[in-house]
Amino acid sequence: MDLLTWTYLLVGLSFALYIGIAIWTRASSTQEFYVAGGGVSPLANGLATAADWMSAASFMSMAGIISFSGYDGSVYLMGWTGGYVLLALLLAPYLRKFGKFTVPDFVGDRYYSNKARVVAVICALFISFIYVAGQMRGVGIVFSRYLELPIEWGVVIGMAIVFFYAVLGGMKGITYTQVAQYCVLIFAYLVPAIFISMQLTGNPIPQLGLGGNVADGVPLLDKLDGILADLGFEEYTSGKKSASDMFMITLALMVGTAGLPHVIVRFFTVPRVRDARLSAGYALVFIAILYTAAPAVAAFGIYNTIQSTSEKPIDTLPAWVTNWQQTNLIGIEDKNGDGKVQYLADPATNELRIDKDIMVLASPEIASLPNWVVGLVAAGAMAAALSTAAGLLLVISTSVSRDLFKTFRPEISEKKELRIARIAAAGAVLLAGYFGINPPGFVAEVVAFAFGLAASSFFPVILLGIFSTRINREGAIAGMLAGLVFTISYISYFKFISPELNTADHWWWGISPEGIGTLGMALNFLFCFGVSYLTPPPPKNVQDLIQEIRIPKGAGKAYDH
Amino acid sequence: MERYWKKNLQTLALLLFIWFVVSFGFGILWVEELNTIRLGGFKLGFWFAQQGSIYSFVILIFIYVIRMNALDREFKVNED
Repeated sequence: MDLLTWTYLLVGLSFALYIGIAIWTRASSTQEFYVAGGGVSPLANGLATAADWMSAASFMSMAGIISFSGYDGSVYLMGWTGGYVLLALLLAPYLRKFGKFTVPDFVGDRYYSNKARVVAVICALFISFIYVAGQMRGVGIVFSRYLELPIEWGVVIGMAIVFFYAVLGGMKGITYTQVAQYCVLIFAYLVPAIFISMQLTGNPIPQLGLGGNVADGVPLLDKLDGILADLGFEEYTSGKKSASDMFMITLALMVGTAGLPHVIVRFFTVPRVRDARLSAGYALVFIAILYTAAPAVAAFGIYNTIQSTSEKPIDTLPAWVTNWQQTNLIGIEDKNGDGKVQYLADPATNELRIDKDIMVLASPEIASLPNWVVGLVAAGAMAAALSTAAGLLLVISTSVSRDLFKTFRPEISEKKELRIARIAAAGAVLLAGYFGINPPGFVAEVVAFAFGLAASSFFPVILLGIFSTRINREGAIAGMLAGLVFTISYISYFKFISPELNTADHWWWGISPEGIGTLGMALNFLFCFGVSYLTPPPPKNVQDLIQEIRIPKGAGKAYDH
Repeated sequence: MERYWKKNLQTLALLLFIWFVVSFGFGILWVEELNTIRLGGFKLGFWFAQQGSIYSFVILIFIYVIRMNALDREFKVNED
């Protein structure tokens, strides 16, 4: 069968599977819609969390970013996994014991204030929305590259699928769909990685192949260091970023990961506190399988690309180069007219332009793998984008229906609440689809926002809400606002207002906008403590609530089913 | 209960210390020093930054799970 048929077949089969699961697990009550009836096993929840977390960016772009930045790319690897340690140790068990549905629920109750709740809702909506627009764009890209559909139609089909299972199925529907999506995406990621690792290093495990030797007996990474240095680039295993900037970005990504509402909400779905702990462990195992393979995919990809193009005559380049030239992800321009490709660090003489997404999307072709593997990678990229989009839509819809409507109109019936949640999700799908088709130029830039905001708003107030009995309403609101305003201002200034000044010379203490969430978080902590100690401590019933959530016993009762 | 909470905090402090050392320490602050040591085809600092820290994170969470379950039973706050 040819490539297009295989792709249609595999993507179609995976979609049928997701829809089937959604019908089978249709939600009937608000509790099922929000948190899957509290009956998901830690293992299933770990799988679902991994799929929820790993987005189109993790699947398609991360390895490519590492390919072109080498050691500097480590910030994503450490940042997006280390956050799970914070989540498992500091947040998940206690939030599970608290036993409500959303992050703003916790903020509102712990800080006995609807103002605090509204600030939290706005953050949650903003963070989730930035993310979901990016996922829809990812769906559109996969459709247009592999299925040869216009990008608009790709986005529309993606919207319809997500709408179907997230809006009808609710949390229960997406949990089991995400379990299936994890299986699809990890299989799709590892199959080409294993083949390429075998070809290059003879080791079938890509994680080990990265430390293996290439055909002439030299370690792959040393070989790569040498090749890149000859072409004028930084060595692969040493970076350009300063240690302080690496430090700040990694910390901002870790803390941001732990503060992302669509990840936190997953831990409300398991039956007991100890399941929440265990399930965070499982989630990280499943994430780590992809995240430790990614640096291998990255190094293999850049090595293969340079070997098969650099100083090679343009008219005898391998077929995948010409294939991807048509999608404009690879560009060749023979500047010096010698009929060969020069890949060089100097932009004036470099003749090869490669998009970072190539490293994963074209990997099966680079390794001359059969057509079904190409179709598999398309289905995997789709699974990664759809699973994350569904989790985010659920956060958006619950934030609107529960945290806004239910808080201010407590008399509405459960049925009506469920309807509002579904309408909100439908609205969010449409809006996200619109931005998927007409992406504002700044989608990539605003991802820094999502992590910066999660780090500077949620993480400190949730953490202190559990570990301090002294932090009060005034402190929390002041802290969240200070962290938010500072982080938004700094990122906006360098990304939108004066992008020409976005260089290390102008940054405060050399901290890039990607890493500024760390400083925003510190500011949040400072205001939380300062303002709290100047104002009266929280009332007795809140003190009791804090003591209560610190002890695991008694959490099971809330979700008998 | 105060003793339970104190022991919990001690566990957290120890595990987070290791969390910090393997990622920010070995992966960023002391990466150059560690890169002079080799682990097969890897430079050790680079390995910690791209793989070693992630393996350590997984192990840390499972140590936490085992330790907290034991602590819950010791203080009889475990769930059935």
